[in-house]
Amino acid sequence: MKRLLPLMAGMALVLSACGREDLSALNPQGPVARQQLELMKISIGIMSLVVLVVFTICIYVLIRYRRRKGDNSIPKQVEGNHKLEIIWTVIPIILLIILGVPTISTVFGLSKDYSNDPNALKVKVTAHQYWWEFEYPDLGITTAQELVVPTGKKIQFELTTADVKHSFWIPSIGGKMDNNDGLTNKMYLEFDKEGVYRGKCAELCGPSHSLMDFKAKAVDQASFDRWVAAIKAPVEMPKDEAVKAAFQNKCLTCHAIGETSTGSSAPNLTGIGSRLTVGGILYNDEAPVVDNLIKWITDPQKVKPGNMMPKAQDLELTDAELKGIAEYLANNKLEY
Amino acid sequence: MSTHQHAEGQLPHEPEKATLEGRNKILGFWLFLGAETALFGTLFSAFLALRHNIGDGPSPQHLFELPMVFAATMILLTSSLMSVFAVQAMHRHKVKEMVGWLIATIVLGLAFLGLEIYEFNTYVSEGHKMTTSAFSSSFYTLVGFHGAHVAFGVLWIGLLILQIFKKGLTVVTAPKIYVSAIYWHFIDVVWVFIFTVVYLMGKVG
Amino acid sequence: MAAHAHTVKRYRGLMDWLTTVDHKKIGILYLIAGGLFFLIGGLEAILIRIQLIKPMNNFVSADTFNELITMHGTTMIFLAAMPLLFALMNAVIPLQIGARDVAFPFLNALGFWTFFFGGLLLNISWFTGHVPDAGWTSYVPLASPTYSEGAGVDYYVLGLQIAGIGTLLGGINFMATIINMRAPGMSFMRMPMFTWTIFITSALIVFAFPVLTVGLVALMFDRLFFANFFETAAGGSGVLWEHIFWVFGHPEVYILILPAFGIISEVVSTFSRKRLFGYSSMVFATVLIAFLGFMVWAHHMFTTGLGPVANALFSIATMLIAVPTGIKIFNWLFTLWGGSIRFTAASLFGIGFIPTFVMGGVTGVMLASAPADYQYHDTYFVVAHFHYVIVGGLMFGIFAGMFYWWPKMFGRLLNETLGKITFFTFFIGFHLTFFVQHFLGLLGMPRRVWTYLDGQGLNGMNLISTIGAILMGIATIVMLINIAVTSLKRPNAANDPWEDGRTLEWSIPSPPPEYNFKQIPLVRGYDAWWKEKMEGKKAMTPAEPPGPIHMPSPSILPFFMSVGLFISGFGFIYDKLFLAIGGLAVTLICMLLRSVFDDHGFHIEEHEQEKGVTA
Repeated sequence: MKRLLPLMAGMALVLSACGREDLSALNPQGPVARQQLELMKISIGIMSLVVLVVFTICIYVLIRYRRRKGDNSIPKQVEGNHKLEIIWTVIPIILLIILGVPTISTVFGLSKDYSNDPNALKVKVTAHQYWWEFEYPDLGITTAQELVVPTGKKIQFELTTADVKHSFWIPSIGGKMDNNDGLTNKMYLEFDKEGVYRGKCAELCGPSHSLMDFKAKAVDQASFDRWVAAIKAPVEMPKDEAVKAAFQNKCLTCHAIGETSTGSSAPNLTGIGSRLTVGGILYNDEAPVVDNLIKWITDPQKVKPGNMMPKAQDLELTDAELKGIAEYLANNKLEY
Repeated sequence: MSTHQHAEGQLPHEPEKATLEGRNKILGFWLFLGAETALFGTLFSAFLALRHNIGDGPSPQHLFELPMVFAATMILLTSSLMSVFAVQAMHRHKVKEMVGWLIATIVLGLAFLGLEIYEFNTYVSEGHKMTTSAFSSSFYTLVGFHGAHVAFGVLWIGLLILQIFKKGLTVVTAPKIYVSAIYWHFIDVVWVFIFTVVYLMGKVG
Repeated sequence: MAAHAHTVKRYRGLMDWLTTVDHKKIGILYLIAGGLFFLIGGLEAILIRIQLIKPMNNFVSADTFNELITMHGTTMIFLAAMPLLFALMNAVIPLQIGARDVAFPFLNALGFWTFFFGGLLLNISWFTGHVPDAGWTSYVPLASPTYSEGAGVDYYVLGLQIAGIGTLLGGINFMATIINMRAPGMSFMRMPMFTWTIFITSALIVFAFPVLTVGLVALMFDRLFFANFFETAAGGSGVLWEHIFWVFGHPEVYILILPAFGIISEVVSTFSRKRLFGYSSMVFATVLIAFLGFMVWAHHMFTTGLGPVANALFSIATMLIAVPTGIKIFNWLFTLWGGSIRFTAASLFGIGFIPTFVMGGVTGVMLASAPADYQYHDTYFVVAHFHYVIVGGLMFGIFAGMFYWWPKMFGRLLNETLGKITFFTFFIGFHLTFFVQHFLGLLGMPRRVWTYLDGQGLNGMNLISTIGAILMGIATIVMLINIAVTSLKRPNAANDPWEDGRTLEWSIPSPPPEYNFKQIPLVRGYDAWWKEKMEGKKAMTPAEPPGPIHMPSPSILPFFMSVGLFISGFGFIYDKLFLAIGGLAVTLICMLLRSVFDDHGFHIEEHEQEKGVTA
């Protein structure tokens, strides 16, 4: 017993406040993750009890019934004990009912579909190797890598993929559903607090699976509305003619910025200068956004192996063009 | 190598179960058929899951010609009956009669295979190929697996007939005949399911 | 009888091992091959952990990392865990039921060689540069021809297909053996627990492996012949692969763990000098677990989007498995209760298994709760869970079984001191590696990640995990030293070296003669050998008079049949039709030869037999 107390205390400590607020499933920041943590707590509670009982009996038995030197006695050969056997059949069943009932109610609770709820915001998430596309069908806008949502609203996600299977996960807000090929999934989440939460891909999708991060940024409704307006505003092309030509001929063949959408084979660049990261993993608070952009454009394979974007060299971008494009993108910011 | 002479002349009524090896063989074969059931069960499940996804290919209603498939079914059922007669003849130790029924079994089996090859040929010419759609892939895999089983059975029983000519009916050859008969019935049962699930349900839609 | 006249060529040296149909030798072959693949899989694990020792590490490339995790999982499950179990099954089951061999000695050899060449084919991929990299689950579309170019996944498909044939043959063989070959008096409810679990495991193999066969065939057709099973654009379904894989995959985990339950039952009972507590409920629990094991596959797919009804049903069904498993745990504890527990390396692994497996079991119940699983799924929490049940459960069981039956297999007791060092190093290393991984998952670390960013609070625990993995590696090295040291000793193990043996294998010499039992024993109750010992007898009562013993002849055909499949596999992978067909032809010709030329076997006359049943 005594040996286990520190362990239990440690477990409790670990559970109560563990991990980053923006990343940990144990530190939930939204109602969905909180419900899931509630279930975890019930199950961890029950299971700790089971583990405790087994450990206690085990340690007791090993000490009490260890064979002493020279002991050649034959213990009583017991066949079994019906009463005991019934007890350890019935008690687990009761424990499972305690866990089963909230499990079922939560399964149905979390599967609610808010697609037709006028107060909910709909977002279509399309996963790509190795980036995320977020389309707001009711607002007519598309962005990439950084999901922006208003607080206090149900966000109804529709999850699909453009290539292989991925899985959409924002641990501290709630998780997780797969982005299947051929089977569209629905899931809702809710953000009650403003902040930036880290999102991950949870299904093996290729070499850069581990680097397929995104951010979910929750802002208040007014700020969200400003963001929507800003992203819809027309975008100016680079002033320098050479940079403009390079950007249009070498970047916009796959990417889109502002209204110049040519499809979605690569992330939409509108407002990339005000995003928190470049490529989902190069943090702009650790290095200036221009440097991150240059690093990325110079050799995307070095940052995210196996992604679709060619090297600057292979695109025949001159240093001046590269720098011009990076500066242009860094200054493409959204005010909200 | 010489045969088990000691067994001849005093062959028991059910020679296939006379030795432990024979009994093991029969039990093991039933277990193998259990595994085969799981195999075909999965093939059927895959087919059922994919059968409506015909893509640009022809529909089953358009493809299947029930009279011919029905004829194939009858041929295979009769073939199965022939192998029942073969085992009955074996129990009566009528070796020549048994061989006769076995030959009838494989001749009908070959007829079935011929019809199937003709059928597949027709489908391919109508644009229903392995690569056409999910329906076509699962169709050819399911029916083709069955066809391969029939082909293997024909070769196997053919080989057994040769062995009977050479070695006669002994406690070693009898279990082989018996087991091949179970195999043949199993293939027949699978075909009945294929006829129902693939062809009849395909025709209905 | 004329048959006595048959003489048979008996081989020596390498040829003996290539042609053997003796279950004891095949057991040793499985042990060597399974052990070899275990070392390869273990090396892959260490490389994985070294890559994850610190954030943004670049010890191996992202591509190599995915190859490592895929090969580690596939190797450990199909080429290490299962063969090691087959090693113990082969070494022990015929002895435990009082039989001279398995029902189909020839198929037994064939099963080994197909497994071996399947495993070889899979691992040759490392040398051809096309290594499977879509995870051991090889989910499509990642494993589809569109997203996995090159031959990597082809190796996975064909290697597993060939190895799977071997496993299926083994399953059929052991089921038939246990049903038909039991000694007189050994009714089903007198069978040792290990025999029971192998019986049920074999049944699971018979019904689960064909499902994998079909899945692999479908994937192979998609990859090699442009079929459309899993190609969404042409109407196929990726979710179908997930279903097929897990309809096989979930029973597979019970195929792995049930034998471990059996080993633990034997070890716990022997070393506490006490009858297994609640034998009938143990049997019942085993059957129930196997049955439920087929109904719960979709709990691997809670986040696939099957809908709340399916998720709820599969949640509850999965939780139910905890009940029979709990019965087993408490039965073991109460076997120990009131016993006289002796601590040997075998019993330490057996006893260490109980709490470790319970921890893996409870996380299993946690995972069964679908909404909570939305958070656990595909994170390190899952990695921790299945390593607790597979390493903490199955591997502990295999270690226990190896120490326990080593004298029976080789006639030498493994060194106890080295054995205890192995246990403590492995036990501590194991918990260090995997306990923290539960938390890594909950703190937001997905599984199968090549690396992780700095500053996410994941660094410390990953370092601990890697240190633990290295300890497990050291434990394995100590085990190898132990085996080497032991094999240099003279064989000196008594018939019943643990002195408290309860089952029939301890009533015959260590290692047993070729024919196992000079006279088939008469079984008069559960724990047949213990019963005789308690009545003061020195040997089992024979059920038959002494006489010449019939043995099956050795044969090289299983080896060549498997070589044929191996060649054929290569042919399919590299689109060389003549190789593919030629290989299959070799196999078929061997089958033909086997059918045409009867195996009359040979007899070991009385004067050639060693003295006495107990020698």
